[in-house]
Amino acid sequence: MKKKNINSHTILLLITIALFFVLYGAGYFMYGFGDNAKGFEKLQTFLDIFRTNAALICIACGMTCVMLTGGIDISVGSLVAMDCMILSVGMENNGISPTLLVPFVLLIGIVFGAVQGFLIGYLNIQPFIVTMGGMFFARGMTAMICTDQVSITVQNWFKEVAGIKVYMPFELGAIVNKRGVKMVPYINIPVLISLAVVLIVFLMLRYTRTGRSMYAVGGNQQSAALMGLNTKRTKMITYILSSFLCSIGGICYCMNTMCGTTTQALGLEMKAISSAVIGGTLLTGGVGNVFGSFIGVLINGTINSIVSFNADLTRLGGTVPNVVSAFLLFVFIMLQAIFAKIREKKQ
Amino acid sequence: MNKTINWLRKLAKKPLFLPLFSVFLVLIINVVYDAVQGNYALEFFKLEIKEGALYGRIIDILNRGSEAAILAIGMTLVVSSSAGTDISVGSVMSLAGSLCCMLLAGFGVTHVRDVSELQMPIFVGVIAGIAVAGLCGLFNGFLVAKMRIQPMVATLIFFTAGRAIGLLLTNNKMVYIHLDQFKVFGGKLWLFPTPTVIAAICILIMAIILKTTSMGMYVQSVGINPKASRIAGINSAAIILICYVICGLFAGVAGIVATSRIYSADSNNIGLNLELDAILAVALGGNSLGGGRFNLAGSIIGAYTIQAITTTMYALGVAKAQAPVYKAIIVILIVVVQSPVIKAYFAKRKAQKASLAVAAGRS
Repeated sequence: MKKKNINSHTILLLITIALFFVLYGAGYFMYGFGDNAKGFEKLQTFLDIFRTNAALICIACGMTCVMLTGGIDISVGSLVAMDCMILSVGMENNGISPTLLVPFVLLIGIVFGAVQGFLIGYLNIQPFIVTMGGMFFARGMTAMICTDQVSITVQNWFKEVAGIKVYMPFELGAIVNKRGVKMVPYINIPVLISLAVVLIVFLMLRYTRTGRSMYAVGGNQQSAALMGLNTKRTKMITYILSSFLCSIGGICYCMNTMCGTTTQALGLEMKAISSAVIGGTLLTGGVGNVFGSFIGVLINGTINSIVSFNADLTRLGGTVPNVVSAFLLFVFIMLQAIFAKIREKKQ
Repeated sequence: MNKTINWLRKLAKKPLFLPLFSVFLVLIINVVYDAVQGNYALEFFKLEIKEGALYGRIIDILNRGSEAAILAIGMTLVVSSSAGTDISVGSVMSLAGSLCCMLLAGFGVTHVRDVSELQMPIFVGVIAGIAVAGLCGLFNGFLVAKMRIQPMVATLIFFTAGRAIGLLLTNNKMVYIHLDQFKVFGGKLWLFPTPTVIAAICILIMAIILKTTSMGMYVQSVGINPKASRIAGINSAAIILICYVICGLFAGVAGIVATSRIYSADSNNIGLNLELDAILAVALGGNSLGGGRFNLAGSIIGAYTIQAITTTMYALGVAKAQAPVYKAIIVILIVVVQSPVIKAYFAKRKAQKASLAVAAGRS
């Protein structure tokens, strides 16, 4: 039997998974038992983490791919805002059918990514600057389309799909509330979409030529080029993929919020990056895993969830989760650096 | 005719060409706009003295662009030495402002209306604010220089935490300091707006350091090749560390200016997106974001150019929320022109033309 090699990256991923369980366990013991019981033990609380972060999961997958090639994409948050605005203004103010709008939004994602990818891959401009331009552009376009907050009130299939509750099979984790009504935990369609995205991107990175090329380009661009890989095309495809997944995320986000504003999804790009880093993806490229980023999103979601259960911390607003996740980011970055030093010494 | 073209070509190769050219373009747009509107064509350059202070659009630009200019000084050094960007400066600005106001007012107090209510002298609070920003810079520098972490990830920590810590310090409330002694940093000093004076002092200090010491050369050599410079006897890690500390200190100064401007600690909004302006200023100044050679004057002109563009856009009637679209187009155009591939393409075309000319001359 072949002995499986455990390298430092696997250890990092294991630490990430362990951290998730520790954090969730801490929340469970703090707010799930005895006097403090506020419902953290419910399965629904766990599923809510997925529901609120469905869009972020999709975006983090795209971000992971970009970071694998050694780049960065900070335009995602603004792109989500633009997608939401197009969807809400299109449906609410112009009465366009979502059957047209949804493919249009996805197409915008592809075109947006293609422009950024061309500038980065073929013109060799730094990803940070190009996507910063994309970020300004998308945020400004959102304001160009409409500066007000537009809520979707029109009844159409988009709204119906957003309202579908997918109940747990076999009434798993069902509880009876005070009025005697049986509550079965549920998820919604965006969660299913995001889980499908994670699976597809995971398989793509592992088994397809494009996915393998992304690792190769990120590991060492020159050797990848010498091996005969088209590094420019690979980079362009990566940015197209990122913006496309971001558009899918935008649709999920819109399904959750059902509105479009100019300040929507502010700072989402940094959440996606920090999730990917906590999940063990290196910004230098070549190392990382979509599954890790997925756990990274869940960890950030758990921190938010625990803070929202604590009245004292909630009073301080949305700041505490930021401090905690910044601290976690610091710990993981240090761990990565230490592992990198150990590897250097071995060689 | 040929002479003029040659002269123009030579001019285009000067390091300060791009930033100065952009300033020139902005000025032309302003003059043309005013002329078309039927205003006095040189409205843009008009200066007047109202209530003992200079007024005018240029003064306004110099005033409003101060924070970005101060940040651009530190950012230039960071970009040059570590080939990365410090994205935490905006958050650190707000942290410095919050700490300063918190120390002056005391924890949990939201309004200070009299000098007697101050918990400590103003200069102590200001110095504490700048010092904490320096500490943030030290932390970033430690991660980048000693732990060899990518600058963007290392500074992402304070990007996320800076504002949040500021909010914790001010107990999630706005802290107002209604004192003229505090407002002076964002107000006016004799004829001039104080932020401009502070920016000028910062630039002067940095210029003196770069002129009198060999730090500038060290920074550039570390940026071009950290390993080679270490072998040549330069302590690369220490140089990078110093650059980040300087960047942090300047972020603190900018934070105090921004806080004093609105005489309150508004942790959520102070320095919002200013890190992007600072990075843009560095790029606009003709500096490569890949590290190495830098031009401080370019960055500072770049910072004021961005402010001039913003002011012009408002004057042209572009809504504040829509302005980023034009900013994005400008950024992309600049980087495309600067991109090595495009430069190589033009160099190749020039060589082809030259060889054709030689061939024609022979036949």
